[in-house]
Amino acid sequence: MLYREAGDFKTSYVKDSQTFPIKADRMAYFALLAVAFGVVPFFINDYWANAVFVPFLIYAIAAIGLNILTGYCGQVSLGTGGFMAVGAYACYKLMTGFPDLPMLLNVLLAGGITAGVGVLFGLPSLRIKGFYLAVATLAAQFFLVWLFNKVPWFYNYSASGQITAPERTMFGIAVTGANTPAWAKYLFCLVILVALAWLARNLTRGMVGRKWMAIRDMDIAAEIIGVNPLTTKLSAFAISSFFIGVSGALFFSVYLGAAEVGEAFGIQKSFLILFMIIIGGLGSMFGSFAGAAFLVLLPVFLKNVLVGGLGWPTDLAAHIELMIVGGLIITFLILEPHGLAQLWRVAKEKLRLWPFPH
Amino acid sequence: MKKTFTLLAAAAIAASAGFATPAAADLVVPNLSYRTGPFAAGGIPYADGFMDYFTLLNERDGGIGGEKVSVPECETAYNTEKGVECYEATKGQGALVYNPLSTGITYQLIPKVAADGIPLYTPGYGRTSAANGKVFEWVFNYPANYWDGASVAVKHLLEQNGGSLEGKKIALLYHNSAYGKEPSRTLQELSKKHGFTLSELPIDSPGQEQKSQWLQVRRDKPDYVLFWGWGVMNSVAIQEAANIRFPMENFIGIWWSGSENDVTPAGDGANGYKSLAMHGTGMDYPVYADLKKYVIDAGKAAGAGDQVGTVLYSRGMYAAMVIAEAIRKAQEIHGTAAVNAKQVRDGFEQLEITEARMVELGLPNFGQPFAASCADHGGPGAAMIQQWDATAKKWNLITGFIAPDDEVLNPLVAEDSAAYAKENNITERCN
Repeated sequence: MLYREAGDFKTSYVKDSQTFPIKADRMAYFALLAVAFGVVPFFINDYWANAVFVPFLIYAIAAIGLNILTGYCGQVSLGTGGFMAVGAYACYKLMTGFPDLPMLLNVLLAGGITAGVGVLFGLPSLRIKGFYLAVATLAAQFFLVWLFNKVPWFYNYSASGQITAPERTMFGIAVTGANTPAWAKYLFCLVILVALAWLARNLTRGMVGRKWMAIRDMDIAAEIIGVNPLTTKLSAFAISSFFIGVSGALFFSVYLGAAEVGEAFGIQKSFLILFMIIIGGLGSMFGSFAGAAFLVLLPVFLKNVLVGGLGWPTDLAAHIELMIVGGLIITFLILEPHGLAQLWRVAKEKLRLWPFPH
Repeated sequence: MKKTFTLLAAAAIAASAGFATPAAADLVVPNLSYRTGPFAAGGIPYADGFMDYFTLLNERDGGIGGEKVSVPECETAYNTEKGVECYEATKGQGALVYNPLSTGITYQLIPKVAADGIPLYTPGYGRTSAANGKVFEWVFNYPANYWDGASVAVKHLLEQNGGSLEGKKIALLYHNSAYGKEPSRTLQELSKKHGFTLSELPIDSPGQEQKSQWLQVRRDKPDYVLFWGWGVMNSVAIQEAANIRFPMENFIGIWWSGSENDVTPAGDGANGYKSLAMHGTGMDYPVYADLKKYVIDAGKAAGAGDQVGTVLYSRGMYAAMVIAEAIRKAQEIHGTAAVNAKQVRDGFEQLEITEARMVELGLPNFGQPFAASCADHGGPGAAMIQQWDATAKKWNLITGFIAPDDEVLNPLVAEDSAAYAKENNITERCN
């Protein structure tokens, strides 16, 4: 009734192929952007920024990155944590080596360096597929963590192997370091996320994305119709690693402020982000966001309800929280194996017909 | 579906908003604890001791200086991301001091507490060079830190070897994290000074898998193994050492690797294992009579209440005691009972714990006396050595307090804190 496409006429091909062809969707999207940019920064405090928004935004970038590689191009990767670490350490070296660079440039350069490393570890994907590729990227994960632990140059020879983000600014306002205002952290991550998500959306529906999907669906057939597997797979690795590197750089510099590689970028991180895109929906932009939101916000929400609201002991709440999150993941995957994105799609489909399904 | 999702999101937002802004309470000392995960074996007794001491103060004395103490607990699972969340969630409640019991979280909080103006107290852990109060205005780590511990362990070995470690082989087995890497710089310096060879064997967190490291110990046959472990890693290491029949009296852990939970799983095999101790242990202190009367028998003990009197329970209690004394000192300095975080920092900086005061508190001969100052946030750094007796199931102190080698440590502290000051544009205070 309210959500429908009737009466929404498209008079050009551009309009017909836009991201949100239904008017209600478009309105919701612009309203969301307006709230995110125009309302939230005025009300955000340290808790909201550091516990809810900033981790969500950063994980969403990482999830989009992995979704490009795994969801769109079909190359399973377990090296996400390692690539995030490359982004973080590259960012750290840039921040400390060139103190005058603006932070945005640091983050993008860190993403660029990660893209290079990603291509390097993507080379085996030309020969090996599926589970075997997963194992090869797993090797990348362990190798990179080991490297950043082993070579003191990466952490500037600090006594404890920790990297700590010094204060860096954008337009004269601190965006890293302890004196960063909550809104600056939030806006910095939000701008990067929106720009990258826009880029990813347009890449995936253009020629590059179609090539990725062709390789994903059947690589031999793709090759026969003229898709070059070398450039396609490597471009997926490069772009995906760029996104993941950016998220790693933000994760370290804006969110945590200090990190050690084994704890912040271990194998758990690779799994966490893989779970995000599986639960959210492989090969879907919305799924990347939904998955990140599900796995970042739900634990915080449950903790607040169980400990803050019901006054349960913290250890009991922590255990119950694991069980609830685990149970919900299983439930969702049984009800809809294609993730939250598919659930969303079906819901919209039904809404369009409502109240007259047939 | 869309609606339910929006509703859920709205509920989430409303709920978290409600809990993120609690009412201003009395004296708030958040307890960032961990009762779950691979480090819970250490986290639970510490958190219990910490909570119980404040419960005792509330029940017996009506708080500190007439103000009740509230200790909101927040579960970090020894994880830095959750640590950040806990810090942000509790800081708005008017937190007076943080004691996260995690070196990783400490590293993250050091710049944050300086910006927010809340003291950070990290007894026996955290960033060693924070002992330099000239650079680290908001951080306190007395009475002892890791570098002190490393030095004390080496001094003990020197003593056993007639004053010379020339040609000896010492292996450092450590948790591959900021925590485990802390002592290595000191030990490298000490190895140059005393002529022993040092080999460093990292164990990845959480440390349930140590076969290859112990294989290396078997192959290299070091004379001594120094051990920087925590959580489940401790009991695994002691079991592995027992399995390869490594002489236990040559195996020395830091104070975080010397609790009952670490040695009991190995049974008789753990007999003779040594660890550092920065305070006494056991129930032979008068304070336990009060604890029993006001807290335990009253059914107000934290957790399961089965950890009372253990090593880490004692340490949690000790940390709580020092914090309580600092708050008392702050009340004294500023002439008000309802002190704020900034005033508590002054209390920490001017704190002096004498043996006479420890007797008053019901803890005679429990810890070393110390006095902080503007420049000295690290205390004397002495520690004792304790040894496990597997038949009596008891830790026995085998030395008195051994002072660390400040001649080696002071330049290292100065160097590391200067590097931090330079990175963060801090000018030295107290001059």
